[in-house]
Amino acid sequence: MDRIIFYILAGVTVLASLGVVSSKNPMHSVMMLIVSFGALAGLYVLLDAPFTAVTQIIVYAGAIMVLFLFVVMLLNQHKEDDPDVMPAGLRGVNMRAGVLLSLLLAFEVAWGLSRVGVTMFSSDPAAVSSISSVARIGTSLFTTHAFAFEVTSVLILVSMVGAVVIARRER
Amino acid sequence: MVTLNEYLILSGVLFSIGTAGVFLRRNLITILLSIEIMLNAVNITFVSVGRYQGTVDGQIITFFVMTVAAAEAAVGLALVIALFRHRETLSPDAFTSLKW
Repeated sequence: MDRIIFYILAGVTVLASLGVVSSKNPMHSVMMLIVSFGALAGLYVLLDAPFTAVTQIIVYAGAIMVLFLFVVMLLNQHKEDDPDVMPAGLRGVNMRAGVLLSLLLAFEVAWGLSRVGVTMFSSDPAAVSSISSVARIGTSLFTTHAFAFEVTSVLILVSMVGAVVIARRER
Repeated sequence: MVTLNEYLILSGVLFSIGTAGVFLRRNLITILLSIEIMLNAVNITFVSVGRYQGTVDGQIITFFVMTVAAAEAAVGLALVIALFRHRETLSPDAFTSLKW
């Protein structure tokens, strides 16, 4: 049963991601990416990480994608620019090299993983309930990782100010 | 029962799709979206390895990755808007002033 759900969700994720990369209209790309993130949230639930699944939906599919949608609508560029900025022959070579490099990466990862023995997850109920507990995540976040958490707040402040300064109209 | 290897292979496939998007597309917004795909591929590795080891650390680092992704999206999109104002295009081929 788990396997069937995993393969459905993984298939939706991969197909939606391919749609993001292949769609000519940025609006469709953003919509496809939201579908992909929804399926990924389902995969996190399968991995006994409900907190991460909810964060994925709220932060990624909610906040970040709305930001992208705003910018796509603001710029109103609903098609890819003509590729005539570069010489035609050079562009073809670049495309082929890009496809080759990403296929090479996929083969390398698949080859490396096929050399590793099959690793099962533990199905001990005590271990499962301890990692899916939000209380444990919170305790760990505010004790062991408290410094990283505070630094993150500075990062967000910096990026907020930076975004406003960069996008401001110069006068 | 699904094995760790299947999650890692899914993550590798998603990362390759993201890389292909960055290499192939000629639209700054789609390139940023491909970067988000790559970040999510790494997130699923963190969560599945954390599940394998029985600790919450994988989920916590995923939380931080999401925060950094939000900051990156905000600054990246601000840059896209500023660049679009200057050149009226979203093609990265038009922004080569710093190229040697």
